[in-house]
Amino acid sequence: MSSNPTIARRQRWLSVLAKASGARLTALWQAVGLTPSYTVLRRPEIGLVMVQGRISGTGAPFCAGEMTVTRAVVRLDSGEMGFGYVRGRDARHAEIVAAVDALGQRAEWVETLEAAIVTPLADEAEARHRLIAARAAATRVDFFTVAREAGA
Amino acid sequence: MYVAVKGGETAIAHSLDLVADKRRGDRDVAELSLEQIDQQLGLAVDRVMTEGSCYDRGLAALAIKQARGDLIEAIFLLRAYRTTLPRFGASEPLDTTRMVAERRISSTFKDVPGGQVLGPTYDYTHRLLDFSLAASGERAEAPTAPADASHALPRVGDILQRDGLLEPPPSNDEGEARDLTREPLVLPASRPLRLQNLARGDEGFLLALGYSTQRGYGNNHPFVGEIRYGHVPVSFVPEELGFAIEIGEIEVTECDMVNQFAGSHDVPPQFTRGYGLAFGHAERKAMAMALVDRALRADELGEAATSPAQDEEFVLAHSDNVEGSGFVQHLKLPHYVDFQSELVVVRMLRAEVEKRREQAGLAQAAE
Repeated sequence: MSSNPTIARRQRWLSVLAKASGARLTALWQAVGLTPSYTVLRRPEIGLVMVQGRISGTGAPFCAGEMTVTRAVVRLDSGEMGFGYVRGRDARHAEIVAAVDALGQRAEWVETLEAAIVTPLADEAEARHRLIAARAAATRVDFFTVAREAGA
Repeated sequence: MYVAVKGGETAIAHSLDLVADKRRGDRDVAELSLEQIDQQLGLAVDRVMTEGSCYDRGLAALAIKQARGDLIEAIFLLRAYRTTLPRFGASEPLDTTRMVAERRISSTFKDVPGGQVLGPTYDYTHRLLDFSLAASGERAEAPTAPADASHALPRVGDILQRDGLLEPPPSNDEGEARDLTREPLVLPASRPLRLQNLARGDEGFLLALGYSTQRGYGNNHPFVGEIRYGHVPVSFVPEELGFAIEIGEIEVTECDMVNQFAGSHDVPPQFTRGYGLAFGHAERKAMAMALVDRALRADELGEAATSPAQDEEFVLAHSDNVEGSGFVQHLKLPHYVDFQSELVVVRMLRAEVEKRREQAGLAQAAE
């Protein structure tokens, strides 16, 4: 995360929005009922990002394989530019992320968007992770070696 | 040699229709949806994404449906599709310590920090057919237990490494790794390039090579340091933004193999490593990749490279099932002209032999 609070907020928003499902984001966006006037500078475009791994997890990077990504760029009539980069091929998802990113740069919208879209999506992502971890935890084991321990 | 032929358009069109008909099968049976393939044949989707070298569950499911379950054909379809897309750039390297793990085991330490978490595994099944699956019905949800998902998962490798017992992985801060899809493979290849080749390589081929090392063809005495499978965020720095954002989460399987130690005059004996990484849940692939990665380090570690798995040229040139399947299957295309010329040669040679025999016979008769 950046030490610049404005950039740190955008980083967090863009990450939370991208990791949400397109359908869920669309539902929340429609519920807010904002219809900002913006120009689509870059129509949603599908492309690839090469995912890099690291040797043994921490060493030199290598190309592990690509993933599909959709990106879009919008500009509000007031001039702010918003960017959407999301995994997958959902054009609507990328465009809404770009619109929210642009609106988030206007101070008067930050609180509304945070409360109505970003916080709920972050909470849902956390709940998803908690469920994965809870199901995994139910399969945690203790293996006992049959060999006699030293000194026993 | 394949020589272009003309004709057969109608037959080919009808053949494609027949493929489509066979794909649909009995019309009284419900048609498969891509969601069903993604959700219920998820490991097939994982394999197609890994060897198709493109993470997209929907596309992989579509490829599997189109290929009627022929996974190598599906991998080919996904590889072909990816060539139509522009490249936005490369991600930041994955940080798998941030993984929300579904499974994490170590076969070297039983009391590994973070615990042994079996997750969804076939390891402890009896491999008996479960006939209850033949009928559809309500299936219970998996049980849960209290857990903390917010903690980073320590690496087994780091623990051993701290004591100097395990070699650290090679570091390289030159930025983005070189990319086989952008430049041809030149031998000898660097380890990152070898790993990219193996990551998209055929699971069956790598499994056989990994197995061969265990049976003695380049043995390096492996232990599973750690296998983990779960969800990791992918960070990317869009050029226009200049700062990193997470653009999504993907599932990966990682295998860090701990191998036979080596030492020299200068370096005290320490364990060595091989590494495997695959999209989705693909342990067999990640393990085989790690075994072959380690075997291919024979030269670097001063081991005699006498076995196929240690032969970089042999392994890297034959690991790709799209290339392999293409070259093997092209034999089905018309080779009529080529074969005609061979036929002429064989007939000529046979005629010569026949002539020599006749002459020898005449000479004998004359004596």
